[in-house]
Amino acid sequence: MANQALGAPRLPGPQPAAKSEVVSISTARTAPLSKAGTSQVADRLFYFAMLGCGVCILGLVALIVYELISKSSLSLHAFGWRFFFRSEWDPVNEQFGAWPFVYGTVVSSLLALLLAVPLAVGVAVFITEMCPRRLRGPLAFLTELLAAIPSVIYGLWAIFVLVPLLRQYVEPLLMKYLGWTGLFDGPAYGIGMLAAGVILAIMVVPIISSITREVMTAVPQQQREAVLALGATRWEMIRTGVLRNARAGILGGVILGLGRALGETMAVTMVIGNRPEISKSLLAPGYTMASVIANEFSEATSDKYLSALVEVGLALFLVTIIVNILAQLLVWSVTRGMPTRSNA
Amino acid sequence: MPDLSKSTQGLPRMGLWRRAKNYAATFFAGAAVFLVLVPLTAIFAYLVYKGVGALNWAFLTQTPKPVGEAGGGMANAIAGSVLILAIASVVGVPVGIGAGIYLAEYGRNRFGNLVRFTADVLNGVPSIVVGIVAYSIVVLGQGHFSALAGGVALAIMMIPTITRATEEMLLLVPQAIREAAYGLGVPRWRTTLSITLRTATSGVITGVMLAFARVAGETAPLLFTAFGNQYWNWKINQPTAALSLQVYTYAISPFDEWHRQAWAGALILIILIVASVGAVRIVAGRGMLKGAS
Repeated sequence: MANQALGAPRLPGPQPAAKSEVVSISTARTAPLSKAGTSQVADRLFYFAMLGCGVCILGLVALIVYELISKSSLSLHAFGWRFFFRSEWDPVNEQFGAWPFVYGTVVSSLLALLLAVPLAVGVAVFITEMCPRRLRGPLAFLTELLAAIPSVIYGLWAIFVLVPLLRQYVEPLLMKYLGWTGLFDGPAYGIGMLAAGVILAIMVVPIISSITREVMTAVPQQQREAVLALGATRWEMIRTGVLRNARAGILGGVILGLGRALGETMAVTMVIGNRPEISKSLLAPGYTMASVIANEFSEATSDKYLSALVEVGLALFLVTIIVNILAQLLVWSVTRGMPTRSNA
Repeated sequence: MPDLSKSTQGLPRMGLWRRAKNYAATFFAGAAVFLVLVPLTAIFAYLVYKGVGALNWAFLTQTPKPVGEAGGGMANAIAGSVLILAIASVVGVPVGIGAGIYLAEYGRNRFGNLVRFTADVLNGVPSIVVGIVAYSIVVLGQGHFSALAGGVALAIMMIPTITRATEEMLLLVPQAIREAAYGLGVPRWRTTLSITLRTATSGVITGVMLAFARVAGETAPLLFTAFGNQYWNWKINQPTAALSLQVYTYAISPFDEWHRQAWAGALILIILIVASVGAVRIVAGRGMLKGAS
């Protein structure tokens, strides 16, 4: 860019005409020329310093991958792929299998999405298409404020407010009316998979709804006008004219929310119960991949134990990376050509 | 735009069923907003209600008392958080801004795209995994838990956010301003630092503060890096208490006195974060480049 910028002024006319004066000017020219020499060195230094910062980012990700693989090699060799499908987690006899954690992570995240997606899309639809223009900014700000609350505060609130609420009012009702499905069996502890799913849902709503708003805004206004001109009601316009066009981006937002839910640690650790068991009931305590690392990493006594925990981390890393890349591609497919958002 | 649909309501062919569906959809969307705002209000209400009750001068000036003794505070944890965040900023901000400058000024090529993509990948790495890596690099290297390890972990999380925000803000600076500087014979590095970056300052500060707010409440990466400490510590190579860690430890403890203090700690933490986000809004609103956040 800069070369073009510097080159441009030289092109227009007067240069050849000035040729006769070259000799007389040359003495005056030498001073700025030598200065250009030092600034060229400075420019190169500056370029390499900035390049170094960019390479730093590549280096960090490479370092993360290298450290995770090298520190988990003991467990990788001992258990291989079966590590993720074995259920026993026995630090004393050094038998490790991550299946209960994989199961807990997947179930709690899917439960969170099940609760969060309708809410988040509803919020986005209301803010972009339905509410008075004056309310748009404040409502958007309030929903994004949810994303600014640290997860440890979500956890604190969940322990002392959400869990008692679930235990006393929600879970007895679920057991009474939906107990026949087998999903809501057993004593109502309050803590457990359901509590984790609910708190995760609250945490991912702002992510999904902000992406959904972004892609809905990217749908051209003419689409809306065209559908309305055909005599559609507002809801029909939103459904056929907006949501259908934005669905790839909305899916991207949902997957981004999934990525956040999979890697979320503190709030889940505080309410899921931390028991490496698999139960069909959503009211039973569970355990997730992130929680087991948080709880046991600093207490891991043997090398193999530590390496098994790092392998859980490696798996978590790979899954969230794949999920995030997929989400980015989907969001880009809709908002291409629009300015990107830094912390989407 | 929504008003256009009202004009169709007078048409005779408009079915009752379709109109009912329209109202139902509006109702459900409004209900969704309400349902999302309930936990938001509840969380802030509880923070204020429970937090203010437990907040006093001792809380802000004393270190934790042993279990069973009333009183004590989190002064050392507040100081620890400040120390860790300072380390994270010193490490993370220059690298983040530098990488952002690279992407905006030199990054229109394949390598730039690779860096951009990697920054997005880094942004999505779960915080607990960043904790593991900081542990295996810094803690294992030093032989013990330390504030430095916590700071490095948080710096790793700050870098991608700052990088992408800086790039975005620098790209908003009109090309003509750069060309004007070149035309005056200003070297390129000088142009980038004192013209382009200077013009985008408020936007870049916004990005930095957003990254700061994002990591200020992080707990997971500190669990086995900063580790926590019951006493004062100002050394960067020693285990350090942090506000978020202390809130976590107290929240899962079985003691009522500690629960009260956890709420107070959480209130202080959220005040810190909201204050920094608020500062961002003021800076962004006053600055030359709006629409930053």
